[in-house]
This record gives sequence, structure tokens and C-alpha cells, in this order.
Amino acid sequence: MTTITTPDLVVLDLPADLDRAEVTALLADRLVSAGRVTDRDQFLAAVTAREEQMPTGLEGGIGIPHARSAAVTEASVAFGRSASGVDFGADDGPADLIFLIAAPDGAGDAHMTILAGLARRLVRAEFKDGLRQADDPATVAALINEVQG
Amino acid sequence: MRLIAVTACPTGIAHTYMAAEALEQAAKAAGHEIVVETQGSAGSTPFTDEQLASADAVILAADVAVRGRERFEHLPTVEGGVKQAINHAPEMIGEAQAAAEAHAATPAAERPVGPPAGSSSAKEAGFGSLLRQWLMTGVSYMIPFVAAGGLLIAIAFLIGGPEIATKVNGGVFDGQTYQAIDDLTKLWGDVGIAGVLFKIGDTAFTMLVPILAGYIAYGMADRPGLVPGIVGGLIATSIDAGFLGGIVAGLLAGGVVLAINRVPVHKNVRGIMPVVVVPLVATTIVGLLMIAVVGPPVADVMDAVTDWLKGLGGSNAILLGALLGAMMAFDMGGPINKVAYTFGVASIAANPDIMAAVIVAGMTPPLGIALATVVRKRLFTEDEREAGKANWLLGASFITEGAIPFAAADPLRVIPSLIAGSAVGGALSMGFGASSPAPHGGLWIVPLIGDPVLWVVAIAAGTAVTCACLVAVKSLGRRPVVAETTPGAPATGVVPSTVNA
Repeated sequence: MTTITTPDLVVLDLPADLDRAEVTALLADRLVSAGRVTDRDQFLAAVTAREEQMPTGLEGGIGIPHARSAAVTEASVAFGRSASGVDFGADDGPADLIFLIAAPDGAGDAHMTILAGLARRLVRAEFKDGLRQADDPATVAALINEVQG
Repeated sequence: MRLIAVTACPTGIAHTYMAAEALEQAAKAAGHEIVVETQGSAGSTPFTDEQLASADAVILAADVAVRGRERFEHLPTVEGGVKQAINHAPEMIGEAQAAAEAHAATPAAERPVGPPAGSSSAKEAGFGSLLRQWLMTGVSYMIPFVAAGGLLIAIAFLIGGPEIATKVNGGVFDGQTYQAIDDLTKLWGDVGIAGVLFKIGDTAFTMLVPILAGYIAYGMADRPGLVPGIVGGLIATSIDAGFLGGIVAGLLAGGVVLAINRVPVHKNVRGIMPVVVVPLVATTIVGLLMIAVVGPPVADVMDAVTDWLKGLGGSNAILLGALLGAMMAFDMGGPINKVAYTFGVASIAANPDIMAAVIVAGMTPPLGIALATVVRKRLFTEDEREAGKANWLLGASFITEGAIPFAAADPLRVIPSLIAGSAVGGALSMGFGASSPAPHGGLWIVPLIGDPVLWVVAIAAGTAVTCACLVAVKSLGRRPVVAETTPGAPATGVVPSTVNA
């Protein structure tokens, strides 16, 4: 089984003053380049639709734009870190850790269980701290992939 | 404290699990046990009956409709969105603890059901609708027993003739005396396949009241209610208390279990509570109540009514027919019905008119219901409509039990309707002077009936009256059943928050 993320899908220094849609698009481009998303526009439309339903920002500086889409070939996570922060609609301000989660259509995929495990770890302080302190994409990717055991 | 929680979000890949994790951490920090059902795309493991029964409160953290929400009707509920659980899990746990404590301090009857007041989705389920849900649970499990048992008996009549029942159980049929066959291995040889089928159906029927009582208690108190309910129902049968006695047993059992569950117990004992302690204690209490408190008055009533009927022997025949008819329909297999039926059987030699009237009155309840499910489908649930079809054959075969599920589900409306039709049918049969030398068999004994045409007219008239009354009272003051199949569950969309982020 391939990992849900790779160093290629990690962006540690997102450019400042990008908005929610731009950050999401930037991360989506990484997923497209990696061949994990086949149709960029279709996938982004699904993410936007989800975001409009209810913003995905969470207290503690986290944004998790996500969608299930037929344009996704395998469950994937693209990660971005933003020093200036990006507003994802959380009550306590912008997010500095952004996870773009892409899930293929149809449930039951073993990857869905991995994504569920990742989601659970997002609420643990030590996981967030590790992501904030990591120096290179490989470390971040390894941290995120740890959930796969 | 034992908590259960459901988390659910629109896509089911992130917030569902984050909320679950946050609630688990917060519960652990506060020293509570919690089990979370994540209704997300990685699949969810539904709560076990034991988890549902032993929980003190439920937290619903969802931005979409919670699946299987009716499972939590007995629990104090805290509702909010998934983000609220992620960001403010400790507060939600605190709310749940407070709700559970308030719940435990409130007597059962005054307890509000569903989310706390102030929530716009709060369901105002009064005791009446709760009671109806409990009865419906019992009835829905009983219906297959009625259908299987009733149809087997009817088929046995078709194959072996109406005397098959007397051949198996013993008694007098059309002047012939039969010995009961107690040794089941001899059934096939002595009375053939029809006798065997009759015995199977008859055996299924012995479970009607226990299943009704058991699943009423199950509806109230989940699995721990099953044992006291079923045992209470068996006792109801033994003391001739019929299905009304079964309803009493079921409600008693559910109530006792709910009461026991509110007694605080040490954590170490909790594990054996639902498996050993609750069934043992509840069954003892329910059994004692049924035998010592319910039993004697039932027996007294049967004796008193029997004596009274004997005294009425020489009075107006039409009135007697109406009275016996009403009694047949009053509790269908309960003490009053039994007295009327026994009176009819005992009178066969001296006055076979009485038997004919009693049979009419026992046939019109299922027939009238069958007719009503055809003329006013919307007043009945899907299950009831299916059961209604079987009732044609059951009614025609004088198997009154077919009407029990309908009466048990809605006794106050259905029983008076059945009584009206049976009284009319019984009175007409007596008035026409129809007579029956056989104690059962329904339409299959028409050749034996004295004045068969008018006897069938009496059946038809009673059936029509039952149907008309049913349609009238069931249409009255209540929306059609079809519209209230999922009480309380919000249809779709966002569940309003009560705890407030």
C-alpha cells in the first residue's frame, strides 16, 4: 500500500497572503503532479462545495479542506505550513497547519481507515507540535504517515 | 459515568474522527468511560445492546442526521455540531454528566424524552407516544408468531377438517368425543399431517403473549428487559390473563429494569449487571407481582363472570348473544374471552345456539380488521397491512388471535371496535337461531351449522360493524400511521446545537 503522503506533497513555507482558495489550489496542484488527482477542477469544486457547507478551520491553527471525489485515485494528504496563517473560518483565527485531504469515491477503502486515524491524531497536541517543529518535508511526511504503522 | 457518543459530518473523513478523538480524550480526562460510534466513511461499529442499556447519557456531535437515533430515546441527550466536540469536548462531556445526573433524579414518568428543552429539534414525546412505541415493539415481534401459527392451524383445518383441533387437544366435536393426544410421537400415526401441523401452529400460539410481553420490555429497557418480560408473559398465559395480562407483564418488566438501572452500583459490579443481576432481580420481582398481585383478581373475575353467566341462562337470547359477543372480543384469549368461550362449549349439548353466537363473535375481530386494512390502508402500518391479509384466513377459521397484534398496538381504539362488531354478530346469530354442534372451525363447519345462511349473514354484519368502527375511531384525532414512522428523527440537515459553541 502506498503512503497517504510523500515529501513531494509537503510545502513547509507557503507564500504569505494567499487566501483559502489559493492555498487549496496550490496544494491540489501537488496532488495532480503526483498523479493522485486526475481532474484538478473537479476536485477543487468538491473541496469548495464542502468548505461552503461549513468552514473546515479548527481551533488551534488547523485547516482541513477535504473532499471525496471520483477525480481522486487514492487517499492522499497534501500538507502546507503557513507562517502568516490562512483563514479557514475557525473562531480563534487563521490556520498555520493546512491538510488538504483527498479521498476517492466509494467507502470501504483501507485508506479511509488511515485518513480516520490521521483525523484522530490532529486533535493531539504532540502531533501538531511535531509538525510545527519539523525542519524538512521528509520529516513531516514521515510524521503523517506514522498513522499507517 | 458511562457515556456513548455519535459523531457524524458531511463527508465523513475528517471531523467525524477528530470529534471522536476529542470526546474520548475529554471523557478520559474527566474520569468517564466513553464509547464513540463514528458514522463516517471508514465504517462504523454500532453500539451493542449492552452499551446502549448501560449508558448514562448520549452525546450527538453531528452536522448531519444521526443514523439510528431512535436507539437513544431512553437516554439524556446532549447535542451539538462536530466542531463543537472538537473545540469544546470537555464542556460537552460536562453537559452530558449534568444531563445524566438530572435524568437520574427525575421520576421516569415525568422524564422528558429526547434532547433537552430549548432545542428546536426537541421532540415532545409524551408518555402516550412512548407507551405506543413500546407496545408497537412488542407487537412487531409478535406478528410473525400470529401469522405462522394461525396459518398453520388454518391449513390443518383445510387438510384434516375442523375436527382436527379436537382430535389433537381432546373434547367433543359434533357429538363425537376425542381423547387428547399428549404423546407427540403418536400425532402423525393417529391423526396424520393435519394433526402435526395443527400442533405446530398451536405451539407457536403459546408464545404469542410471552413474545409480546418480552419485546414490550425490550422496547423499554433493551436486552435486560427480555427475560423478565418473557417470563412475565408466560405467567400471564398460565394465569389466563391473556394478551392484556401480557401487556401488563411487559410494562412491569421494562419498568422494573429501568428502575434497577438507576440504582448506582460500583464499577466492578457493572459488568455483571446486565447479564446476571438485572435479569435475576427483575424476573423475580415481575414473577412475584404477576403470580401474587395480578393472578388472584384475574381468577376471581373469571369465577364471578362464570357464575353470573350461568344465572343469565334463561334471559333474552339476543341480549345474551350480544353480551357473549362483547366478551369474546374484549380480551381475545384473556379471562373474559375464556369464560364466554367455555360457556359456549359447555352449552353445546343443551343450547347449541350459544356456541354458534360465540363462534361468530370470535371470527368478526380478525375479519373486520382484514376488511379495514383493505378499505383504509393508510390507517395501518406496513406490517399491519401484511398481517391484515392473513387475518382473512384466520378469521374465517375462527382464530381470534389474528386480531391481537392490532388490539395490543392500539387497545383503546381497537378493542371497543372489535367489541361492537362481535356484539352485533353474536346478537344476530342468537336472534336468527343459528346453532353449532362444534366448538371451533369457523367457516369450515358451515355444513354442520343449523341455519347456515343466516349464520353467515351474522358474521358478515359483525365484520362490517367492526370495520366501520375501526375506520371511524382510527381516523379520529390522529394522523395516519404512515406519517409517524420515524418519530423524532430530524429528516435531514444540520442538527441545531443546544450546548452552543
